[in-house]
Order: sequence, then C-alpha cells, then structure tokens
Amino acid sequence: MQEMTLAGQTKTVGRDVTVGEVMEEIIRDRPYFRRSGGGVTLSGGEALCQPEFAVALLKSVKNMGINTAIETTGYASKEVIASYLPYLDTVLMDIKHTDGEKHKSFTGRDNAKILENARFIAESGARLVIRTPVIPTFNDTVDEIGAIASFAASLPGVRELHLLPYHRIGTDKYPGLGREYTLPDIRPPSDERMSELLYAVNRTGLKGQIGG
Amino acid sequence: MKYYTEPIQKSPRIPFLVEQLYAKAPEIEADRAVLLTEAYRANEDKPIIMKRALAFRHILENIPITIRERELVVGAATKAPRGCQVFPEYSFEWLESEFDTVATRTADPFYISEDTKRTLHEVYKYWKGKTTSELASFYMSPETHAAIEHNIFTPGNYFYNGIGHLTVQYEKVLKVGYAGIIAEAKEALDRLNPGDADYAVRGTFLRAVIISCGAACDYALRYAELADKQARECSEPIRKRELEVIAANCRRVPMHGATSFYEACQSFWFVQMLLQIESSGHSISPGRFDQYMYPYYKRDLDEGRLTREQAQELMDCVWVKLNDLNKVRDAASAEGFAGYSLFQNLIAGGQDKYGRDVTNDLSFMSITATEHVFLPQPSFSVRVWNGTPHEFLIRAAELTRTGIGFPAYYNDEVIIPALQNRGLSLEDAREYNIIGCVEPQKAGKTDGWHDAAFFNMCRPLELVFSNGEDNGAQVGVATGKLPEFDTFEKFYDAYKTQMNYFISLLVNADNAIDMAHAERCPLPFQSSMVDDCIGRGLSLQEGGAVYNFTGPQGFGIANMADALYAIRKLVYEEKKYTLCQFKAAMDANFGEELDGGYCRKLTEKAVAQLVAEGKHVNEEEIKRIFLSMRSNKASEAEKAEYRRLREDINALPKFGNDIDDVDTFARDIAYTYTKPLQQYKNPRGGTYQAGLYPVSANVPLGAQTGATPDGRLAYTPVADGVSPAAGRDVNGPTAGANSVSRLDHFIASNGTLYNMKFHPTALAGRSGLESFVALVRGYFDQKGSHVQFNVVSRETLRDAQANPEKYRSLVVRVAGYSALFTTLSRSLQDDIIARTEQKGF
Repeated sequence: MQEMTLAGQTKTVGRDVTVGEVMEEIIRDRPYFRRSGGGVTLSGGEALCQPEFAVALLKSVKNMGINTAIETTGYASKEVIASYLPYLDTVLMDIKHTDGEKHKSFTGRDNAKILENARFIAESGARLVIRTPVIPTFNDTVDEIGAIASFAASLPGVRELHLLPYHRIGTDKYPGLGREYTLPDIRPPSDERMSELLYAVNRTGLKGQIGG
Repeated sequence: MKYYTEPIQKSPRIPFLVEQLYAKAPEIEADRAVLLTEAYRANEDKPIIMKRALAFRHILENIPITIRERELVVGAATKAPRGCQVFPEYSFEWLESEFDTVATRTADPFYISEDTKRTLHEVYKYWKGKTTSELASFYMSPETHAAIEHNIFTPGNYFYNGIGHLTVQYEKVLKVGYAGIIAEAKEALDRLNPGDADYAVRGTFLRAVIISCGAACDYALRYAELADKQARECSEPIRKRELEVIAANCRRVPMHGATSFYEACQSFWFVQMLLQIESSGHSISPGRFDQYMYPYYKRDLDEGRLTREQAQELMDCVWVKLNDLNKVRDAASAEGFAGYSLFQNLIAGGQDKYGRDVTNDLSFMSITATEHVFLPQPSFSVRVWNGTPHEFLIRAAELTRTGIGFPAYYNDEVIIPALQNRGLSLEDAREYNIIGCVEPQKAGKTDGWHDAAFFNMCRPLELVFSNGEDNGAQVGVATGKLPEFDTFEKFYDAYKTQMNYFISLLVNADNAIDMAHAERCPLPFQSSMVDDCIGRGLSLQEGGAVYNFTGPQGFGIANMADALYAIRKLVYEEKKYTLCQFKAAMDANFGEELDGGYCRKLTEKAVAQLVAEGKHVNEEEIKRIFLSMRSNKASEAEKAEYRRLREDINALPKFGNDIDDVDTFARDIAYTYTKPLQQYKNPRGGTYQAGLYPVSANVPLGAQTGATPDGRLAYTPVADGVSPAAGRDVNGPTAGANSVSRLDHFIASNGTLYNMKFHPTALAGRSGLESFVALVRGYFDQKGSHVQFNVVSRETLRDAQANPEKYRSLVVRVAGYSALFTTLSRSLQDDIIARTEQKGF
C-alpha cells in the first residue's frame, strides 16, 4: 500500500483486494466488453511482479469469456512469463531502446533480457504489440526508433508498434511520493517529429500508430 | 440491402434558407384565429365535426400564403418565418393575460404586434365558454381540481392545447393523394344505409373528411398559382425554372399520388404543415421518413432522373421547413417544453414488419441532413437492434459527436415486445416509430395521447409526511401520523396509498380532457389519415383509431429511490433517526438557505405586489425581501442537527452507481406508478400506459417540491427521466447505464428517457466512436429502452451562459429533444450543466 501527498494531504492510494473482489467489478462491464471486443488489461506498476495474484485473476477473467491483456516492461524470468501466457490474448510490451548501454543508463537495467523475452512471447503465439515511449534526448531520433521497429518486425507474428509521445501528466506524482522528477526540462515531442518517427516505423512493414 | 454510407456535400442553398429562417424573432399571427371564428359564426347550426371541416376549409381558402426566397419545398403556416398561429378553440385566456409579457419572457418569447393584440382581443370575445379547456374543467372532479392546484400533477399540455402526438399515413397520401382518400370516404358513404342507427354520426364524419381533404388540395393549388405568378415575374432564369417546377408539383400533390422524389417531398410537407394548421397539438411526428420516401428515391435514382446530391438537397430543404413551424405556449408550459420545440420526431433504421433490417440510403442521408441543417427540428432518432449495420451506428455516433444532441437511440429489442404486451400485433410493433420525445407507437393506426400529463412522484411522499395535508388543506389521503409507521412496510404502504389515490385523480383529469376534445375539437383532416377512422366513421377523438392509449409521465424515480432507501436504512434498519426528525429537517430545508432562483421568483412576485399597491420599492428593500426569504429561520443548533442528517443521507449508496440493492429498490419504486396506472381505461376505449420522462418539467415542477428525504434541497430540480439524480452517478457511464437498465423499461411502454452527457473528447477518433457504439449496444443488451447524449464541455456551457451572443447556434439535448442552449431559461441551463458529465470510458 502506498501513501502519497495529494493537494497537500496525505492519502492512501489503492487498496488490497482479492481476485473475487476484482472479478465482481469486472463482470459489471461484461455487456460492454462483449460489444466492443474490449476486456481487461493489467497495467503498471509491473504486473509481472505479482504472478500469484495476476495469473489467478487472468485465469478467472478468461473463464468469463472476457479478453485479457497486459502492459509490461517484459523484465522477468521466462518461467514467470510462461505462467501468464496461457491466459493472455494480447501482450503490450515496452521496448524503449535497442542499445544496451543507453538503456541501462536511463532505466538502470540492461535490455538483453527484455529483447530475449520479446522473442519468447512472440514465439509463444500470443498477440504481441510493441510500445515505445518517445522521449526527447533518449530515443526520439529516426535512427533509434527505426532500430526498435526493425527489431520488432523481426519477431514472428508482430504486426503493430505504438509510439507513445512523452507526456508530463505524472509530473506532480513524483513530489507527492517524495521522489525526484529527473526529467524536469523535457517537453513532449512535436507533432512533426512524431510523424517522422511514424514513417520510420511504417517503413519496416509494421503498422505503426501514435498513441495506445 | 446495399446502401450508400458516405456524407454528401451541402448545397449553398441550405445555409441561405437557415439564415433567412432565423433572421427575426418569431411572431404571433392572428389570421387563423380570425378565420376560424368567422367560420364558427357562419355555421352555428351544424354539428361540431362539420363545423370543424368547414372552418378548416375557410382557413385554407383565405389564410395568407407565402413562398420564401430560394426554397424548393413550399408551404408556410405564417407570413413571417418561424411564426405561429393561435388556436382559441382550445384555450385563450392565458395568452390574453400574457399579451404584454410574451415578448419579453425568458422561455420561448414571441413578438406580438399591437394590431394583433387588438384583433385577438376581439376574436376572444366569441370563445368565452366554448373551449375544450373550459369543458374539461367542468368534467373534472373537485378532488382532481385540488390535486392540480396543489401541484401533484399537471395535465396542462392537452388541457390548454390540441393533442397532436401522432404519426399519420404519409405513405398513403404519397401513394393515392387526397383524391384517393376522398374516393375511399365516398365509397364508405355509399355503403352506409340511411336506415342505420349511426347514420348521422358516420355520414357526417365522412362528409367532413371529404371537405377537409378537398380543402387541402385547393390550398396546394393556391401555391401553384402563386408560384406561376412569381415565375412570370422572375427575371432570373434558374429561379424562374425552379418556380415553374414548384407550380407543377403543387398541381399534382397532395391531390394525387407523387410520381417523383421531389413531389413526394412536397406532398409530405403539405401533410405535415396542414396537420398543424388544423390543430395546435405538437409532436406530430414524421416517423419513418426513410421508409415511406424510399420507393420514390429509388425509382428516380435507378431511372437516372435524380442524383444523390439533388435528393440530399431536397431532404435538407424539408429539414429546414420543419423548423418553420412554431407554437406559442403559456409561460409555465414554455418552461416545461423549453426551446421552441415542436418535437417532430423523425426516425431512421430498424426493421420492417417481417423483422428484416431496412436501413437504406435515406437512413444515412437523414443523418447527413441533420448535420447540414443543424437545427432543433426534426427531433432525429435512430432505431437499434441486433441486425442494425455497424456502419450506420458509427455514422450516428459521428452525428452525436457534433454535440447537436441527435440522434436519440431506441432499442427495438425492448420496444417491440413492450408494444406487443399492450396489444399491438407483432407486425405493427416491428414497424413502430417514436412520437415526440420517446413515445413508441404504430404509425397511422394509433391515437396515443402520449404526453397526457406530468406526475411528480415526490409530492405524494411529501403528503405521507403531512398526513395528506398541504398548506392547511386535506389534499391527499389521511394515511396516519408519522409515529404510527413502526415498520418500513407500513411507511411504504402509505406512500403507495397516496400514489394510488393521485393516480386515480390523474386519470380523472385526463379522461375529462379526452371527453372535451371529442365533443369540442374532433379533427376530420387528421382522422382521414389514421386507420380505422374512415371504416368506423368516427374521428380519432371519438375513438376511431385501431390503437388507443393515454400515456401520462411519472418522474422523480431517482429521487424517490434514494429517498425511500435513506428512510429504510436510517430510520428502520440503523434506527439512527426518526421520521419526525426527517420531517423537521426537510421542513427546514436541511438547515440550508433556500434555492436562490426560487427566492428570486418569490421576491419578484412580492415586489410586483407592493408596486401594484402603489408602494415605492427601492433596491435596498428588494435586497432585504430577498435575503429574508432566503435565510433559514432555524436555530444554529437545529441547523447543525439537520445538516448532520443530510450528511448521513449523502453518505448512503445512491441510484446510478451499479449497486444492486439500491437499483432493485428503484425498480420497485417505478412500479408504484407504472403498475396501478395500467388498470385504467380512457373514453376512446383504450388503456393507460406509463412513461417515465419529464420533458424539461423536472425543473419547473421541482420548484414546486419541498426538500425530499434523499437530501435534495427544496425547490431545486427533480432528477430528469430515468437518469440518476444530477451529480450522484459517480462511478462512470457504464455503472450509470447498468443502474438505469435495472428499471423495468417494458412496463413503461410510453417511453423512458435516459440522458448521458459527454465531453467531445470521449468520442474522439474512430476508437472513440467504436467505444461509444459499444456503450449504446451494451446498455441495450441489458434492455434499456432509450438513451441520448449531450456532447459538450461544462466550460463551454458556462461560457455560453456568460456570452450568449457567441453561442446562438449551440444545440443541447434537453430531454426528448434538442434546443438552442441560449434560448433556455437560466434555471434549465443550470440543470443541463449540473447533469453529470462523464469524462470518458
């Protein structure tokens, strides 16, 4: 459970829930999922960090005939990932950079395991969509995005890549959590830049889109 | 079925026609009233139905006619655009007493010249004692008068006006013309035997039909002559040619069947307009325009006589004309139906009588016409069922996204069985269309009386708390003193007792009005286009239709569900408060100041009274009166206690958040209105069926309702339709929709109304449209009957209040209809802003 400062007041964010409780909420929207083809997406933090709960939940959701997806960094052991895959229709996975050094210096983690896992997921047959946050000074060049796209295009069955332009909606959360926001001066990429990058993605044969 | 789904370019003619229509404020004209009175005077010796036919003919022979600049479809009820005629045969005293305020009032003002005032004043001398409203008043029981006086319900609509609220057999006029209908009436007349006991009634009715239909044909010929004359005088060759075609059209239709799409449009328009010269009823609804017009469109297109662009322009012209009709209502009703709306509901898509989807080109082009014209009429609706093409709903969602408030979405999967349950055949039910706001019926066979009254479900609960007394008078049943209700069941039974009592009085009021219309205003022209009037030899008003209903609306369900839930929890389960404590708190408005708008009105009245007494009232004095009305007289300790109770109420679960316990309760509350009502019969041989929607009456009637146990403050608006109370559905759109779908929409077969409101961003992009369509589908899968949307930001609406001049064309969805936001009263504007705005999916 996390506490944070919101509008000057300390507030507990989130609550402990059981799979059963979450399912009760989910089935309320089943009529709309049925019509939209939508469903349940486990998102961040990192859902791969809570395999026991997440897998049980995904299993229940699938049993209800509802589509499932996960948004993930893909940073986990193969065994953990393998335990999720039978209950996932779609994996939305971040690939932030193909260059190991640069990846490590910005995220604190090497990307070798991530790239390996991407291939592992693609080969498992799940629908894999690659997502790349476009962050000026980190990866917003045609070469860098092009390299990610080429890698993604080399994965079996991967057709889509989403470019997510950097946004500043989370700026206030960091001080609220007592953490430093390390990119205070970065501005969202321009529309022109985003279209250049989209072109670089589409050139690899993938279907690119801006926004998720 | 293959169809053309793409938008079509707008003709430059359309913006011109729209601008011309809105160049001036609408005006009241006296011609019809004068001609009507002349005809009545000349025919005092005739039976009423004959008098009506001869008056209709006299009006159509003499009323001024006009062809507006550049229009292709002609026929106007008034000289000035958007003007209105008046109908003294229904009621007139209200207008006479409002002569000097009707031009300046906030809701739907109309200009009236001094000359017109004088003329109408003369005319009105004839009508004293002869109107439907006076006769209806005579027929009502004393208890009913008391209930109306104490604002339990209001049957104002048909008490003061014509009935309207029907869809006639447009397709029949398109096909055989009035010549065909006259021939049918003559045949029926020939079959009558002078020795029949009912010869007098049936024979006279049929002769009245023949006269009325003949008058319609001659009226069109006047337009043919006018168009010819203008063509001769026109030096501009293109317009000259247009006028010649208009003249030719008016020579053929509506006398004969239409031979082209253009003639069909012209024929349709004459029918639509003439119905509204015959009587003052509103909600005369075109219905399934895309269906009955399609054969003419298809043939012209196939034979290469018409392009899609031309067809679109003609449809757009019809759409503009639907805004040329207008109606003046009394000041109070104008607040309840605000926005100059005539509720001419036109619906696209759906099934044919065999259950096949019949979405066609014209269904899509109806959406395009609404986009092109972008005005409050027609009230545009779409039918949705499992077989509705996805692309049709996506196009509809695109229209929703513009923020015009159209279309309203209707669910075949609820409405068809609901109508069957009321005795319609399966084939008829499948062909339903919507009347006015949300009321389904089978066109050309039904006299539905769909908007028969507004019933405020909050008032009977107030009377439970006061043992049936209101302002010192015993208006309701003496159900007992509060301490006697030692179980919730006893308390709830008392509410049901009050409900049952007032429902019986509501029926008494409607039946009295029904009788008055049959006796004083039978309508032979209207009746000629509804089965089985000619066959039975009876006007609609006397029971000539195949299906007869009376549909009064209940509203305040969300408030009553939350209120009774609060009482059950806090008084009977938790035993935290007594009923007497609730009563004390409500009497003191929960310790809060009284509603500002309400006090402003009280102050205006008090000041007017003082001024009338010859007193001088300065600013200071006005302020003092206002503040004294507003301030709460309770002691600080009492205020604190009342506020604490209200906080406890506010903390309870509320309807609109997908909470099964509360929603099930709401379903049961709705039954206290819908179930007792359906056992009653009307004088036309039909039954009562409930609707659950308030048009915009939730605001003015809320201003007559004290604080309620759901924590609603005194004189503030009551919840609209079946929607959750404003601001209380806080769990998002799908939770709200789930709650509303838990009500029984089948039994409320006169229609339910659910308002949702979105930021335009919620529908952005293709994915926004897809989510939106899924929401509508998902709600309908759970058996909701109707849903409509306002797509506009709260900020935009606030800005429109501050700078109305910038937002003259801003259309919002009010209730069963859309209206120009800036023409609405301030309190209704506030209510629209307060309805929960959903941020997205």
